[in-house]
Amino acid sequence: MSETHEPLFEGADWDFQQLQRIHDACQEIAHGELGLDTYPNQIEIITAEQMLDAYSSSGMPLFYKHWSFGKRFAHHETFYRKGLMGLAYEIVINSSPCISYLMEENTATMQTLVIAHAAFGHNHFFKNNYLFKQWTDADGILDYLDFAKGYVASCEERHGRLAVEMTLDAAHALMSHGIDRYPGKKGLDLRQEEKRAKERREHEQSVFNDLWRTVPTGPSKSTEILNSERRRKLLGLPQENILYFLEKTAPRLQPWQRELLRIVRHIAQYFYPQGQTKVMNEGTATYVHYRIMNRLHQQGRLTDGNFLEFLQSHTNVVFQPEFDDQRFSDFNPYALGFAMMQDIERIVTAPEDEDREWFPDIAGKGDVMGVLREVWANYRDESFISQFLSPRLIRSWRMFHLHDDPEFSEGIQVDAIHDARGYRRIRRELARQYDVGFIDPNIEVMDVDLAGDRRLMLRHVVVKGAQLNETDARRVLQHLADLWTYDVSLVEVDAKDNVLKEYVVSPRAVAIAA
Amino acid sequence: MFIVDRRLNPGSKSLENRQRFLRRAKALVQGAVKKSSEGRDIKDVLEGGEVSIPLDGMHEPRFRTEGGTRDRVLPGNKKFIEGDIIERPKGGGGGRGSQPGEGDSEDDFRFVLSRDEFVNLFLDDLELPDLAKRKLAEVESEGLQRAGYSTSGSPANISVKRTVQLALARRVALRRPKPQEIAELEAECEACTDEKRRAELLVELDALRAKAKRIPFIDPIDIRFRRFESVPKPVAQAVMFCLMDVSGSMTEHMKDLAKRFYMLLYVFLTRRYRHVEIVFIRHTDRAEEVDEQTFFYGPASGGTMVSSALQAMSDIVRSRFRPADWNIYAAQASDGDNSIADSALTGRLLTESILPVSQFFAYLEVGEASGSSFEMPDSSLWTLYQRLRSEGAPLSMRKVNNRSEIFPVFHDLFQRRRSQEKAAS
Repeated sequence: MSETHEPLFEGADWDFQQLQRIHDACQEIAHGELGLDTYPNQIEIITAEQMLDAYSSSGMPLFYKHWSFGKRFAHHETFYRKGLMGLAYEIVINSSPCISYLMEENTATMQTLVIAHAAFGHNHFFKNNYLFKQWTDADGILDYLDFAKGYVASCEERHGRLAVEMTLDAAHALMSHGIDRYPGKKGLDLRQEEKRAKERREHEQSVFNDLWRTVPTGPSKSTEILNSERRRKLLGLPQENILYFLEKTAPRLQPWQRELLRIVRHIAQYFYPQGQTKVMNEGTATYVHYRIMNRLHQQGRLTDGNFLEFLQSHTNVVFQPEFDDQRFSDFNPYALGFAMMQDIERIVTAPEDEDREWFPDIAGKGDVMGVLREVWANYRDESFISQFLSPRLIRSWRMFHLHDDPEFSEGIQVDAIHDARGYRRIRRELARQYDVGFIDPNIEVMDVDLAGDRRLMLRHVVVKGAQLNETDARRVLQHLADLWTYDVSLVEVDAKDNVLKEYVVSPRAVAIAA
Repeated sequence: MFIVDRRLNPGSKSLENRQRFLRRAKALVQGAVKKSSEGRDIKDVLEGGEVSIPLDGMHEPRFRTEGGTRDRVLPGNKKFIEGDIIERPKGGGGGRGSQPGEGDSEDDFRFVLSRDEFVNLFLDDLELPDLAKRKLAEVESEGLQRAGYSTSGSPANISVKRTVQLALARRVALRRPKPQEIAELEAECEACTDEKRRAELLVELDALRAKAKRIPFIDPIDIRFRRFESVPKPVAQAVMFCLMDVSGSMTEHMKDLAKRFYMLLYVFLTRRYRHVEIVFIRHTDRAEEVDEQTFFYGPASGGTMVSSALQAMSDIVRSRFRPADWNIYAAQASDGDNSIADSALTGRLLTESILPVSQFFAYLEVGEASGSSFEMPDSSLWTLYQRLRSEGAPLSMRKVNNRSEIFPVFHDLFQRRRSQEKAAS
């Protein structure tokens, strides 16, 4: 291949033709040499203020109105103005076309880096990873958000801002428990959702006849008392998707409130894969930008000076402080992801005996991109780490595992270090740190006392002694009770079914009246 | 691939969310604003700035777990081997386990308010007192406002558009022949060779011409004039008189207190009126109108005659600020000394010429920081005003010793009062 290209740009300034050329050069490498498969790209240039706007609405370009976004905005703005926080170079949205927001003050090198990172790295991951394929609908998300925004606004017009705000507050509090964790009968089709909601409203309007209200009803049919097995089955219990359960069965919610719960639930579901693939997603994007930038430099399209600028920001991005460092907070997903991707590259191209023993499937296979594309498509953080964290990486990062049992008064135990006995244990524990099953408390709707006082019964299965924060739990339950409009109880039980704590919360009077 | 330049899109998409947030946190933010303004210079009061509110009301709860046994993998092992036991870091784990989230674990939520937001919140529950009863008499003047159309009026006010519209409607209704109809007929007439047909056409043409003449293009009944109505218009300008005793007994501290009060009043007035003028009158035993710099910092000495300042104010009002056009506010600051002989004149001037024209008159008695109002007997001016007040003069008076009291006193003076609101409505 000829390596005599002209540089794409000189210095730090860029214009729109150059962006186009940068994009095309990256695309040539990404599609041609790395074999990536991406959604069409849409690159948008925004200002710092618009970036702050985007931050406060979870990175989405449009969102319904709610005070909590204003709070987030005020918070970010303060930090930014004070210089405590830098802004991201880009935000990328899992949609088709894939929208990347680039900051206007990035230099030309940074724009190249960001296009390679977001418009190709993240983009490929969004399009190919199984979690995103299963749970998100990239084609429909922007339309759906638009619908949600309009719907919330129209609800505010009809039912008052306060009532809508109360419902949304409650829904937001339960957002992390409004997710289907296991694939159901069919995937989510947001376009269909939007159409369905519209049709239902139209249907209601077309068949509305006030006379029906005045027709006397006969004596209500005697409902036979169902046995508890049958009742739970009818209600789909136990149910861990609390928002779904409320939407379907809460006795006194208005139709529009159910629709709001549904909107919040769908949005939570849309973001669900992102939380599970932080390491992989950033690792993929970082690996891709690293490959593309190096290639551009080889081809002479990136001058030496610009390449040094790139290396400097790249090193900042993949910096991992050690545990006793002031700057340490946790594993840096960029660093861990990138290191693992590079490690896989090494195993595939130049394996050692240890690697052959640990990774017989991929060691020495030769086709780096083939293996990586396979990995990017079929794993999430937890499974990725438990499969591909190599002993060599554990050694070079000098990882160790701490076990902190409050019962054990002498101190914190070092359970495993980077030695032959420790590799597997460290790998298992690290994978577990990224397992949503362990991060989110496991709370399920167990039963409803239909015959009695209609109490909704929840259960939290306590794992490793970690109970709910009491103030927060009470507040969330208060919201839940307001939606349910009858008492709600929550028991915390340990693995042996011993009850550790019990909460009972009654709905507030305002909520019942609403 | 598309490149879209979004930089020119309307910004502040989050503005509405931000307003919702402020509305929701209003009580909290207001408290924080007052607290933060107490420690500030008055000039800075206007600057907005950072406030912090307790997170409680604004907290977004989630189910989250805490405690229990924790397992954690960390990078950067230096010396540990399996089975080692590390002492727990003192003071709650040094950041371990507590998850800062988005700063939610902090007790306070800090954010920056813009200047407008700050002043709005600061002055939100204040209002100008006793406005309602003067509104009819003095706060309003006449103004003209469009009020539809009339059939009579001055030629200058003719509404061409409406007139032509009406004329058109009339012409259509009466089937006035259009000029081109006549022109066509004429052309046909010219071209016609058949005599009989030609005669018919000529008759028709004559009829049309006659009709066009009978129905004028614009008839006097079409003409409309723009009508104006005079409506009462609120006076949107105010003048603020700052009266201050600058005799030797007034210390720097007292002047500083007075200054703060004046500035607050000024800020408050500028929010209610489009145009606010300030007149500074300082007095010893004679009064003079001065500029701001001299007012606060210029040296002066002499005895004390409050009546001189009141006289000066009433002269200035008469010569420059017609009470019908101006809302007049006055604030007087003094340490309370006045010569006994002056009392009668002061009282008369105040009740007869000042109070009737002014919207609001506040007297602020400033004292030494250490001075306690309990030990000292009431000053001569205070006693005088007290008496006037008990006789029904609309006077507001307060005593201030410390800088920190300025805001509460100001607040107290302009507090929105339920009973007044009712009386006003």
